[in-house]
Amino acid sequence: MSNEKIHPYVGKYLRKEVMPHGMCPGCGNMSIANAFIRAVDKVYGSFENFVFVSGIGCAAWIPSPHFLADTVHVLHGRPIPTATGIKLANPELNVVVISGDGDLAAIGGNHLIHAARRNMDLLVILVNNFNYGMTGGQLAPTTLKMARTITTPYGNPENPFDVAELMVYAGANFVARWTIAHILQLQNSFEKALKMEGLRFVEVLSPCPTRYVRWNLEDLQQLLNFFRTNTINVKVAREKGVKENQIVIGEFIERKNPGFVRIYTDLCERALTIWRRK
Amino acid sequence: MQKYISVNDIYPPGKHFLMGNEAAVIGALLANCKFYAGYPITPSSEIMNLMAKYLPLLGGVFIQMEDEIASIMAIIGASWAGLRSLTATSGPGFSLMQEGIGYAIMTETPIVVIDVMRVGPGTGQATKAAQGDVMQARWGRHGDQEIIAIAPSSAQEMLDFMILAFNLADQYRVPVIFLPDEIVGHAEEIVSVPNMNEVEIVSRIEPSSANEVFFGGAPDKVPPFPTLGKGFNVLVTASTHNEMGYRRTQDPETHRKLAWHLVNKIRLNRGKIVKFSIEHVDGARVGIVAYGSVYRAAKEAWVRAKKEGLKLSLFRPITLWPSPDVELSRFADELDVIIVPELNTGIYVQEVERAVKGKAKVLSLNKIGGGLPLYPEEILSFVKKVMREL
Repeated sequence: MSNEKIHPYVGKYLRKEVMPHGMCPGCGNMSIANAFIRAVDKVYGSFENFVFVSGIGCAAWIPSPHFLADTVHVLHGRPIPTATGIKLANPELNVVVISGDGDLAAIGGNHLIHAARRNMDLLVILVNNFNYGMTGGQLAPTTLKMARTITTPYGNPENPFDVAELMVYAGANFVARWTIAHILQLQNSFEKALKMEGLRFVEVLSPCPTRYVRWNLEDLQQLLNFFRTNTINVKVAREKGVKENQIVIGEFIERKNPGFVRIYTDLCERALTIWRRK
Repeated sequence: MQKYISVNDIYPPGKHFLMGNEAAVIGALLANCKFYAGYPITPSSEIMNLMAKYLPLLGGVFIQMEDEIASIMAIIGASWAGLRSLTATSGPGFSLMQEGIGYAIMTETPIVVIDVMRVGPGTGQATKAAQGDVMQARWGRHGDQEIIAIAPSSAQEMLDFMILAFNLADQYRVPVIFLPDEIVGHAEEIVSVPNMNEVEIVSRIEPSSANEVFFGGAPDKVPPFPTLGKGFNVLVTASTHNEMGYRRTQDPETHRKLAWHLVNKIRLNRGKIVKFSIEHVDGARVGIVAYGSVYRAAKEAWVRAKKEGLKLSLFRPITLWPSPDVELSRFADELDVIIVPELNTGIYVQEVERAVKGKAKVLSLNKIGGGLPLYPEEILSFVKKVMREL
């Protein structure tokens, strides 16, 4: 078709064969992809040397099969250890994990904590849509208290994880949380994270209009309004405190600690020195 | 940056007195294994301890992961990034690794997994030998599949067959399960360490362009391996995928082709993969089939039988999977009875029965050792009893 409009990212960053993508109308996934690709375009200019690793769930489909790069779509919960193996085997690669809250914070939660503890040289993007969208909208460890899902039809009795705070305490070099209503800030954090070493963690609150919104809200707009009005920047929150029902967003921490790769390389030097001394 | 050392700097060519697990480490390093991820578990930990010591000196990567699930996924990732990768574990850890092994089968990822078999199920007896994981190695994952499993029976074979394991993994793009039992892993024996330049390494085949088939393809052929970071824009997924890696989970024909490819690349090449040994005795009507540490006891029983003038043949599968079924069938041709001694309730005997299809009577000499091995005397007295009843 001669009058077909093709976005300049298609063919460069996105696979033409899989366009138009199959995400639900109103889903935040491709807006996040947009912000991320803009950041990569600005910092690197291409996907060369990038490897994307994702698990199981809707967010895992952002890179696989959409990104025109090496993409590794792995077992549920296991993108971080897989990405760890890839990065350590070839430290030249930019290894990025993109997956959902169920994948990274529930079944894969332990790997996430340990990757932060190791300060593994990975960029981890957690798309938090507050539920398991792909399997029909079940409870996630991020589902807000008393919110309804198909497995908590009378309200969620559990407390949600604050994954960003968890990452701060576990030792990640960079931690940010934004929402789909803060796309420019998100892009800026991606740019910053792309230039850093160690573990960089970016959480994005994103709507699941097909499942979560239907169970809890009137419409998608209500959630977007919530993202705009019920969020408070971490800098303000740390001074003034957080009100009930408020979600803290912003850049939580920026550390300059050496990443695992640099530490391991130094360790090999040390090992060889000890060996030669014998 | 200082120059890395070589394996032979640590273990010069020649004779060494080594534990089986240590010999496996030397074999892996000689095979150019450059990545190890693992989690401590008895009776396999010596492998990990030595990898932690040596890999940083050899330009490789060692990492202790948070669990066995992470370990198996890390070696899969490292393999995709181009390194020969290894993990070692035992029973409980091997159970945790099964989903990852299934992922490696579906994505055609070459990896080597050592399971030093201990007593189970559950925690069982961590320090004691058993042969209970033989079917788990074969069928531990969900879905139709073929893998390769090798059972060494000495410290020397821990070294030699480890090199073979890496070559087979790369050649067939399949996980190779290395299946010593605790006795083989821990027994200390004389091992001949070869010169690293004389070790035969059969590497993966790299694609020549981005337009080649990366997955599946012809049933008996193994597609080239598109290493990450080389511009192939490879799509790796364990969901049903076409030859370029695109998910096609709703298409029966794509899945049918892929499933048969994964199975047939091993089945149709079995002649090149299967490894076994036979001690044939003319006129023997009784034979033994044994593997792992039990093979050593069976061999001793065979030697003693020979001294006593008893006619006894001995067959030893080296690749438990794919099984040497055609060869076992031929072995059964001249025999009335086949005895299968095993350190379990009788597991591989089922495969022997399947292979010989009633040509000979198959008897299980099974033993739940609970920490005790199968002794040559036990095997020999069973053989004599069988011979008396012929």
